[in-house]
Amino acid sequence: MFRNIYDTDVTTFSPAGRLHQVEYAMEAVKQGSAAVGVASKEYVVIASLKRSSGDLASYQQKVFQLDKHVGMASSGLISDARLLGQWMRNECMNHRFVYNSGIITQRLVTKVADKCQALTIKDTWRPYGVGLLVAGYDETGAHLFQTEPSGIYLEFKAHAIGARAQSAKTYLEKHFATFDDLSFDDLIRHALEALKAASPNKLTSRNVTLGFVGKDKEFTIIEGDDVRPYVFQVTQADDEDENEEDKKKDIFKRPEEQKN
Amino acid sequence: MMNLQIKTAPAGHIKEARFSPYENNGGTVLAVAGKDYCVVAGDTRMSEGYSILSRDVAKLYQLNNTSILASSGMHADMVTLRKSLDYKIEQYRHRHHKEMMTPAIAQMLSNTLYFKRFFPYYTFNVLAGLDENGAGVVYGYDAIGSFESIPYCVTGTGSSLITSVLDNQVAFKTQMKNKAELSFDEVVDLVKDCMTAAGERDIFTGDSVDIAVITKDGIKYEKFALKKD
Repeated sequence: MFRNIYDTDVTTFSPAGRLHQVEYAMEAVKQGSAAVGVASKEYVVIASLKRSSGDLASYQQKVFQLDKHVGMASSGLISDARLLGQWMRNECMNHRFVYNSGIITQRLVTKVADKCQALTIKDTWRPYGVGLLVAGYDETGAHLFQTEPSGIYLEFKAHAIGARAQSAKTYLEKHFATFDDLSFDDLIRHALEALKAASPNKLTSRNVTLGFVGKDKEFTIIEGDDVRPYVFQVTQADDEDENEEDKKKDIFKRPEEQKN
Repeated sequence: MMNLQIKTAPAGHIKEARFSPYENNGGTVLAVAGKDYCVVAGDTRMSEGYSILSRDVAKLYQLNNTSILASSGMHADMVTLRKSLDYKIEQYRHRHHKEMMTPAIAQMLSNTLYFKRFFPYYTFNVLAGLDENGAGVVYGYDAIGSFESIPYCVTGTGSSLITSVLDNQVAFKTQMKNKAELSFDEVVDLVKDCMTAAGERDIFTGDSVDIAVITKDGIKYEKFALKKD
């Protein structure tokens, strides 16, 4: 993709009928760290890779709980993700206030998609540079949706977004046909295997976030030590840190928990 | 000459119709703070005028794992106030990544009530829970949000019947002897006796009582019957 004279404004079509600014926004999503989602009839699991800017920094939060029955993972400009997440939480709470029930996933996703689309028509605002994988369970069942900066949204059985997502999708394409009736634990394993395919480094409890929701489960986020057993299933590494130096890197644990 | 038509009613037949936005649905609620627990009770009768609308409407509302809002007054305002608090507590949970503690809810409830200073929620609230140290805490409110932390609080149509009993038996006010810290079971028994007593004389209190006990291990509920007359 290279610069041309039709890409300065969001509101300018190219002769080929494309909005280049929107496509550049979708590039921002492709540069973000990977997020994977898989859905069965009763559960949806999303897993994301956390990226940090260096050894001194903590990892960015990419999985958000939006309501008891809905959550999302993001890829791209995480600040945009945070704002969208706050807005979506507000929409969920408003719905609950007025109707005394949870908003159905598809309705919430439509609202976000409409919000994204509105910025592809404005001339003084840029589009959101974030793609979302929204996972929800409502009276119509378990659903996984993807939203894009263009305002398009699609429902998926399994999907991956972000860097090296194609490797994850290759794995998912091989296995998705069995997902519908899978057990919850197997579903998590597939999500993490797909994430492993998209990851340049080893999966550890420090760079994986798991989120899930389903028939008898509220949307829950698992990370840190709690995600270690799930990651172990997939990496088979009983000591995920290769050496003592790595262990010392847990700088966000309280002093007495740091290993010397 | 202007011809002014002035309508006058015949003497002695002056009538004015007025819509009141408020209605007191009656009932009594109370809460007592213990060393590491809180006991909250509220009857379940909902009245309108001299009629009973329902014998089983809850006046206690659990806001989260550690706090209960007990209210008497107008049921419609109670319900809306609860929804409003639920919304704010959830927002707090998302933003702060932790549950809202009872003292924080207490301040927020006061602000919420004062926000409607010129068209108040017709609710007389008692907020009960645990403070940051795990001790029982009770806050009593008026309709526009004036509140304080007190050892016990009773509001509602039977409040004057019960408050004096608690002054004497829980706080031992103006007594020089007989002071002893009540055990948990004694508090619960006293609360049951007080609600029963209120049910005897207050026509708006009766049918049954919800009792909730808040401890660091969670909230447990109990129901016991009152006279239905």
